[in-house]
Amino acid sequence: MERQVALELKNICKYFPGKVMANKNVNLTLYKGEILSLLGENGSGKTTLMNTISGIYAPDEGQIFIDGKEVVIKSPKDAYLYKIGMIHQHFKLVDIFSAAENIILGVKEKGSLKNVNTRVREIAERYGFDIDPKKKIYEMSVSEKQTVEIIKVLYRGADILILDEPTAVLTPQETEKLFAVLRKMKEDGKSIIIITHKLNEVLAISDRVSILRKGEYVGTVDTAKTNQKDLTEMMVGKKVELKIDRPKTEFDRPLLEIRNLCINSDDGNVAIDDASFYIRGGEILGVAGIAGCGQKELCEAIAGLRPIKSGLIMHKGENIIGLPPRTIIEKGVSMSFIPEDRLGMGLAPSFSITDNMMLKTYGEGKGPFVDRKSARERANALIKRLEIVTPSSETPVRKLSGGNVQKVLVGREIEAGPNVIITAYPVRGLDINSSYVIYDILNEQKKKGTGVLFIGEDLDVMLALCDKIMVLCHGKVMGIVHAEKTTKEQLGLMMTGSLDLTEEKKDKNLGFAKDSNLTEEEWKSEEERQEKEATDGRS
Amino acid sequence: MFVSLITGAIPLAAVFLFGCVGEIITEKSGHLNLGIPGIMCSGTAGGCLGAYLCVSTFGNHVSWLVLVLISVALAFLFAAVVGGIYGFLTVSLRCNQNITGLALTTFGVGFTQFFIDNFVDRDYLYRASRIINRGLSFAGDLGWFGEIFLSYGILVYVAIAIAVVTSIFLKKTKTGLRLRSIGENPATADAAGINVTAYKYSAILIGSGIAGLGGFYYIMGYLGGSWENASTIEALGWLSVALVIFTLWRPNLSILGSFIFAVLYILAFKITGISFSQMSLLKILPYVVTIIVLIFTSIFGSKNVQPPAALGLNYFREDR
Repeated sequence: MERQVALELKNICKYFPGKVMANKNVNLTLYKGEILSLLGENGSGKTTLMNTISGIYAPDEGQIFIDGKEVVIKSPKDAYLYKIGMIHQHFKLVDIFSAAENIILGVKEKGSLKNVNTRVREIAERYGFDIDPKKKIYEMSVSEKQTVEIIKVLYRGADILILDEPTAVLTPQETEKLFAVLRKMKEDGKSIIIITHKLNEVLAISDRVSILRKGEYVGTVDTAKTNQKDLTEMMVGKKVELKIDRPKTEFDRPLLEIRNLCINSDDGNVAIDDASFYIRGGEILGVAGIAGCGQKELCEAIAGLRPIKSGLIMHKGENIIGLPPRTIIEKGVSMSFIPEDRLGMGLAPSFSITDNMMLKTYGEGKGPFVDRKSARERANALIKRLEIVTPSSETPVRKLSGGNVQKVLVGREIEAGPNVIITAYPVRGLDINSSYVIYDILNEQKKKGTGVLFIGEDLDVMLALCDKIMVLCHGKVMGIVHAEKTTKEQLGLMMTGSLDLTEEKKDKNLGFAKDSNLTEEEWKSEEERQEKEATDGRS
Repeated sequence: MFVSLITGAIPLAAVFLFGCVGEIITEKSGHLNLGIPGIMCSGTAGGCLGAYLCVSTFGNHVSWLVLVLISVALAFLFAAVVGGIYGFLTVSLRCNQNITGLALTTFGVGFTQFFIDNFVDRDYLYRASRIINRGLSFAGDLGWFGEIFLSYGILVYVAIAIAVVTSIFLKKTKTGLRLRSIGENPATADAAGINVTAYKYSAILIGSGIAGLGGFYYIMGYLGGSWENASTIEALGWLSVALVIFTLWRPNLSILGSFIFAVLYILAFKITGISFSQMSLLKILPYVVTIIVLIFTSIFGSKNVQPPAALGLNYFREDR
C-alpha cells in the first residue's frame, strides 16, 4: 500500500546575510502517521529548515508541498492554516499569561475562556498530558511549559508537528512521558518531525531518520535498518572513533580541596549539603547528577560568584573563600558554565570573538588602552584550532551557531592557562565532532597537569573521559568512584539516591585527600578561623 | 478651598489621563514612546487649528457638537501623524525607540510653537474654549456634588471613558490579549499567527491620537483657551509618561493616579505664601512619588506589576 505523503520539501535553499548558507537543496518527505527524526550536527541547518516550514523564515529557493499541493508559507499564520505546528526549542510563551491564555493566543474563534479550559482538558486526557490551564507560565517547570506548547499546537488542530530538540531540557523520566505522548499522536494519524541529538532517542522514537550535513540533505533511512554507528557516519560524513581517549597521567598533589561545603540556592533551599572532595593535578573529576542537583551552585561557589554557608575551599593549601572572582581567576581557577540557553553565562552575545577574548584579560594591556591586536591574534588562533565556523573574528558571537559559541567559551578559558578548570556542560547541545574537539582540549589540559572538574550530562561520556566520578543527589555527595571500576547502573542508582556510598563508608572520610596540602591541625585551625569569621560577621 | 482644589485638579487630571492611557496602549505593544510630550503638543496644534477654523467660519454661535467633533478629530489626527512617524521609524525601520521618541518630542514642541504662532488666531481660542467647556446646565443646582462631578466639559468624561474602555479591552477581550502578548513576547505572538506589525502600528497610532487630545484639552479646558507656550505641555507630557509607571500600566488605576498627580501639581499654586523656589520644590512631588513606586515595585513587586517584558525592544522575525 502506498503511504500518503503529508509534507514534501523540494530543493529548499536558505541563505543568511554574510555568506552563511543554512540550507542547500534540501529534500524531505514526511508520511502521514509517522515520526521522522531530523539528525544533523550543530549548525547543519535543522532548525532553519523547520523554521522555514513553520513560516518564521522565508526560503530563498525551493518548493513546499502539503498533501501533494504546492503551498507558499509566508508567515506562522499560513503554517497554521496548513495545519503545521512547531514546538520551538526556546518556548514561545508569554510568561505572565496563564496556560489557557497562551493556548488561545492568536486563535480566531468564538467562545470564552471556560470552553478553552474544557477543550484543553480534553486534549490533555486524550494524549495523557497533565496540565492546569489556569496556572501562570512563570510558575511552571520546563516540562510543564513544553506541555503547554504542545497543547497549543494541538488545540489549533495541527496535523504536522515539529519538535525542535524537545528532550534537551527534560529528565529521562520526562522524556519517556513525552515519547509516550508522541506515540499516541502517531496512532492518531499525526505526522511528527523531531529534532534531537541523542541517537538512542532517535532509535527509540522514530520510524525514519533524515540526515542533514552542513545544510545539505544527506539521505533518509528506516530506523529499523540502521544503528548508532551508521547514523553517526552519515551525520559527520566520515568515520568517527566513538571511543574517547583517557590518557594516563601522573596524578599530582591535590590542587583544589573542598571540605564540608554547604551552599544555599537562590530561593534559600539547600543546594549543596556537606560536600567534601578534592581534585588533583592531571585528573578529570566528573560530576554526575540530575539537573538541579546543585552542580550550578557548586561551580559558582568555587568561582567566587556565590557566597557559601559553611565549609572550606582550599586552592593549593590557601583559602579562596571570600576572595573576589578576579583574584580566584588570577590564582588559576577558571570556570566555564554552559547554561541551558548556551549564551547566558560567560560571553557577551553582541561582542565579537576578539572582544570576548579580552573580557578576562583586559587588565593586561599597558596604559589605559586595550590591546586589541594581540587579542585578535589569539581569537584567530582559536578559530583555527577549534575550527570555529564564523565569517571573521569580528563577528558578534550571538550570530554563531550554538556549538561554535561553546567552542569560543571553552577555548577562552583554556587560553588563559589555568591550573584548575571547572567546566559545566561543555558539550551541551554539541554534535559529536565538536564534542570530541572539546574532549581533546580537556585531555590536553589534563596532560599538562591541570585539574579538571567536568560537570556533564552523558554518563557514557563521563565513564570514558573522567578518571573519577562524583555523584550528587539533591546536593549530597552520594559517592566518588573510579570511572574504570564503576558501571552506568551504579551511577544511575546513586543519581537517584538509591545508593549512598558516602553513607556506607562514612568513617573513612573519602572526600579528604590523604596527601592533603594541609595537616589535620591546619584544617582544624582553618575551620575555627572560618567559624570565628562567620560569628563575627553575624554580630 | 477643598472643592476648588478638586475642581481645579480634575481638568488637569484629564490632561494626564489622556497622555497616560495613550502611552499605556503604546507600551502594551512593546514600544516605549518617549515622543508622547511632543505628540501631545502636536495634538494641541491640530485641535487649536480645528477650534479656530470652526469659530472663525461659523462665528460665536457655532454648534457645540460641530466644534467638539472637528477640533477633537484634528487633534487626534495631528498627534497620530507624529505617532505614525515614530511607528515607521521604530516598527518598520527598527530604529532605537528612545532616541526616536526624544527626537520627536523636540520636533513636536518646536512644530507646535511655530504652527500656533503662525496659523492660529489665538483670539478665537477663548471663544472656542467657552463653548467646548459647556457643562451640564443643571450642574449648578446640585451644590457641591454638581460642582465636583458634573461641572466639566465633555472631554473630561471622554478621558475617563477611554480609560475604562481601554482597561476592559486589555483585560477582557481577545484582541487585548493579543496586544499584550506582543508587548510581552513578540516572537511568541508572531508564531501564534498574530500580525505583529499591524498591531504595533494600530497601538502606536491610536495611543498617540489619544495622547494628543490631552494637549488640546490642556489649552481648552485647563487654561480656558489661553495659549502659553508648547514647553508647558511638554512638561505635562513627561508627567504623563511617569504616570504610566506610577499606575503600573493599568488604565483603570490611571484614573486615580492622574487625579493624584494633578492635585500634587496644582498644590503649588493653591498654597499661598510660599516663594517661587518653594513652589518648584512642590512641583517635583509627582516625580518623587513615581520613584517611590518604582522602588516598591522592584523590591516587592510580583511579575504582574512589571512593565511589558519586551518593552523597548524592536522585533524582527528572522533575527537570530
